[in-house]
Amino acid sequence: MSESARLHVFKTYKLYVGGKFPRSESGRVYEVTDAKGTWLANAPLSSRKDARDAVVAARKAVGGWSGATAYNRGQILYRVAEMLEGRREQFVREVADAEGLSKSKAAAQVDAAVDRWVWYAGWTDKIAQVVGGANPVAGPFFNLSTPEPTGVVAVLAPQESSFLGLVSVIAPVIATGNTAVVVASERAPLPALSLGEVLATSDLPGGVVNVLSGRTAELAAPLAAHQDVNAIDLTGAVADESLAKELEIAAADNLKRVLRPRAEEWATEPDIHRMTAFLETKTVWHPTGALGAAGSSY
Amino acid sequence: MTEMTNTAAGNPFTYAPAPESRAIVDIAPSYGLFIDGEFTESSGQEMVKTVSPATEEVLAEYTQGTGEDVDRAVRAARKAFSTWSALPGAERAKYLFRIARIIQERSRELAVLETLDNGKPIRETRDADLPLVAAHFFYYAGWADKLGHAGFGPNPRPLGVAGQVIPWNFPLLMLAWKIAPALAAGNTVVLKPAETTPLSALFFADICRQAGLPKGVVNIVTGDGRTGEALVTHPGIDKVAFTGSTAVGKAIARQVAGTGKRLTLELGGKGANIVFDDAPIDQAVEGIVTGIFFNQGQVCCAGSRLLVQESIQDELLDALKRRLATLRLGDPLDKNTDIGAINSAEQLARITALARTGEAEGAERWSAPCELPSSGFWFPPTLFTGVTQAHTVARDEIFGPVLSVLSFRTPDEAVAKANNSQYGLSAGIWTEKGSRILAVANKLRAGVVWANTFNKFDPTSPFGGYKESGFGREGGRHGLEAYLDV
Repeated sequence: MSESARLHVFKTYKLYVGGKFPRSESGRVYEVTDAKGTWLANAPLSSRKDARDAVVAARKAVGGWSGATAYNRGQILYRVAEMLEGRREQFVREVADAEGLSKSKAAAQVDAAVDRWVWYAGWTDKIAQVVGGANPVAGPFFNLSTPEPTGVVAVLAPQESSFLGLVSVIAPVIATGNTAVVVASERAPLPALSLGEVLATSDLPGGVVNVLSGRTAELAAPLAAHQDVNAIDLTGAVADESLAKELEIAAADNLKRVLRPRAEEWATEPDIHRMTAFLETKTVWHPTGALGAAGSSY
Repeated sequence: MTEMTNTAAGNPFTYAPAPESRAIVDIAPSYGLFIDGEFTESSGQEMVKTVSPATEEVLAEYTQGTGEDVDRAVRAARKAFSTWSALPGAERAKYLFRIARIIQERSRELAVLETLDNGKPIRETRDADLPLVAAHFFYYAGWADKLGHAGFGPNPRPLGVAGQVIPWNFPLLMLAWKIAPALAAGNTVVLKPAETTPLSALFFADICRQAGLPKGVVNIVTGDGRTGEALVTHPGIDKVAFTGSTAVGKAIARQVAGTGKRLTLELGGKGANIVFDDAPIDQAVEGIVTGIFFNQGQVCCAGSRLLVQESIQDELLDALKRRLATLRLGDPLDKNTDIGAINSAEQLARITALARTGEAEGAERWSAPCELPSSGFWFPPTLFTGVTQAHTVARDEIFGPVLSVLSFRTPDEAVAKANNSQYGLSAGIWTEKGSRILAVANKLRAGVVWANTFNKFDPTSPFGGYKESGFGREGGRHGLEAYLDV
């Protein structure tokens, strides 16, 4: 039988929540097309309930993931890069379809995304040294400021850059020990849903990253208002000022940390602001005691 | 505990009064606003009186700033921003060093003033507030010409005009926390002090004059919440910094949404002070007292929930009550006074109502045996025992000298109870075991954790909350970030 005669096996795209691949509880899907309007797949049209389930999964994963050693988290982020590299062709095809790019341009996006995982993998055990440290207190005390993860972060992934942008907003959130509920690009969700398959096979504990597809505005509203979400990244609402404002107002209810949307150039090397945006600083004090007035002469 | 009462006449250990003289402060009968380098009249007519909380004596009248006044101040700050931000950092540093030095020189005057207007003991304004105020200006002065080395990139830029709203519990210290990093980074400011404690900010305006600070770099607009709202919502400001209640913080976060204004919030707290069975009891008692009775408990990071390990609860409470009976409540200007006045009638009413709720919900109330002066706003050091996590006094911030005592058996239970709060500003740990300190400190969701000490502050050290205690940090290089475009 010739190649052309063979019928392709379509993939049923599913959500990635709590380490599993459920369909939307709503039973809804929506049609995803390529840049020319050709049908690619039916993606789950997630509901508010799916968003809430994802928050539950992300919350459950916080303890283990934030408590893992930075070395371990770095290993796992690097493992994501390894697994992604192995599936390079799949992602090049999906990104090319999603964004209407040539194969070579799509390949550049995927390569950059792999490298981004490697970049953040190296940050996990360095960020505390860069943004924390001992403070020279004027008194007989020792104190230390340490960055700690904020907790559950809702991430509205960029709408245009379906994969490099997506990786650029997920990796910094989890590198520092947060867990994430990610709303994929509304128009081009397939690379994000496939990323779930990579994450599931990269030793990343279930629930650390949860991927939802559907209407950004519909999913973002319950996430911004959710009392068990600690922070929200509004990047995916950059083109919709009124939505971003509405979400920021909802986020004020429990004083979520908000990363406001701004225009980004995803191809350039990032700085650390996406990590520090979702970190708290804890300062721990202790008396040093006094060993007597005479002092030591070394 | 009545045998420990020391207020009774005839106690051989009674102190003679040691009042600090108030002659060192020259309070004018009336104050205008400080805009564009000079004191100026308001566009409105409304004047408000500020009283001494200890005596209810009227100290001065000050101006209720209007929206128009705020607008004038913001314009002055905007105009000053272009030159101030363009100054070499080393020059800005010198202005800040000058301010720090003048604060040191006028420290006694300012301490007396602050005690008069706020009601807190002179011992605290003299030994805690003022030294820290000067230290903050010194610390940030040194950053002004080193911003490129602060870790925010080689050439971090200031944000522009900062609108700053501060509370009444540490009027001058909160001003220093806000103004020092803002100016070091090259911003200009419009600051609104609290309505019950406007005087030290107005005196600070005079310090700016003495230091020769360029016009418009610092502007002080007095008034109540209306003035604060006019400032926060003014389209001409680039940054909002607020310290105060969580409810107002949330309202500000909503107002700022979608405007692009940067925001930092230092809000309420319900700090857990955890005492393990191997803690040094006497030191822990001192720490508990410092934790909740410093500044009459009107401290956002107060250790207002005492979590004590069950096996030592009775012993600790006995020692604590004994210690509380020796606290001296009275004239804040007396150098022997430990507990001063509550800042306002309104705050006293709030504390009183929450304490009543505590009783009504079945917690047991104990107050230190001390006589309250007949005028002024006073509340005795009080603790509630038999408190559960569901009690209002264990959940709501009281912002007064009221301690709620809960018990625990295991470290895990202590951590769970400590973290069972919408707030996450401070916590304390008392134990001799180092590994336990580190393990517990690690698990606490709080921005400041004091181990075997409490309520320590330093300009080099980031301070700020988790959860609904707000976002952003003040102090240290973290405190600069809030005023830089990074």
